[in-house]
Amino acid sequence: MSVLSFFTWCENTWLGDAIRDSRWLFPAIESVHLLGLAVIGGAVLVMNLRLLGFGIARQPAAQLWRDTRPWLVGSLTVMLISGMLLFTSEATKLYYHGAFWVKMISLLLAMLYTFTVMRKVALAAPGDVRPLWGRAAALISMLLWSTVGVCGRWIGFS
Amino acid sequence: MSLLGFCQWLGSTHGSIALHESIWAYPIIESVHVLTLCLFLGLTVMLDLRLLGVTMMRTPASEVFQRLMPWTIVGFAVMVATGALLFFAIPVKTYLNIFFRLKVAFLVLAGVNVGVFQRTVSRSMDRWDNDPVPPFRARLAAGISLVLWAGIVIAGRMIAYNWFDKNS
Repeated sequence: MSVLSFFTWCENTWLGDAIRDSRWLFPAIESVHLLGLAVIGGAVLVMNLRLLGFGIARQPAAQLWRDTRPWLVGSLTVMLISGMLLFTSEATKLYYHGAFWVKMISLLLAMLYTFTVMRKVALAAPGDVRPLWGRAAALISMLLWSTVGVCGRWIGFS
Repeated sequence: MSLLGFCQWLGSTHGSIALHESIWAYPIIESVHVLTLCLFLGLTVMLDLRLLGVTMMRTPASEVFQRLMPWTIVGFAVMVATGALLFFAIPVKTYLNIFFRLKVAFLVLAGVNVGVFQRTVSRSMDRWDNDPVPPFRARLAAGISLVLWAGIVIAGRMIAYNWFDKNS
């Protein structure tokens, strides 16, 4: 089965039909997606600002990682579920939308990067990671997550 | 001049029409407005969660506020500037939109909540800086803030729909 026919199948499931046919379901799910965006933005920023040297400074990065991780994982879960619901309702349109594919690739990279490189940098013993590397790691994280956000907004303009 | 009259005049200005009809400026301003949510509301949520006592409890509340609140102020300034431009581009329709009015009402309430918090329990923060459970007034302010901002985001999203407009 090709990717396109899978997308078309998704769109024609009862779920895709229900969201598309309802006047308020799509904006309601989108609102949940936006609320998730705020929380994930906060969790990512608290960690990145710390590594960049502009945020909470006296606390070890490892402590902030542990503090923000549940909110990161929780909001990411909300984002993924609400995002998949939005996807189901307009999958075929998204197949032809460049921003959708850039978003999916950067999302995959952002998640991989966050739970491997960022995790390692954050949990490293103080002094093990040079501040310069910490800053570089945070900048890459900001870049990846921003790409996801900007492309997500751009999907709406078509 | 009535508010509606003012909006009609605003919508007839050269700048408003140019912005409304622009191909790039309007979507870019709208994107900045939506994505600054991460900076402004994201960090506001983290501050509220700290006040509720559910995150960063090993960091004194005062440090969380000192280090993160400047960023929420920057984010808020961007939100207000881009939001004002979005209103400026489509004043009459927005003014008549029920969700826009709800959003403004929630914003005023959120402002009152911040004002009350700053003038009361926030002043004694050094006394409950490291308490495992922050005082009730602090948790109440955080809870009200979270509910109101969720309402503001949802109402803001719904401005795109004119289900309940008088002239739609």
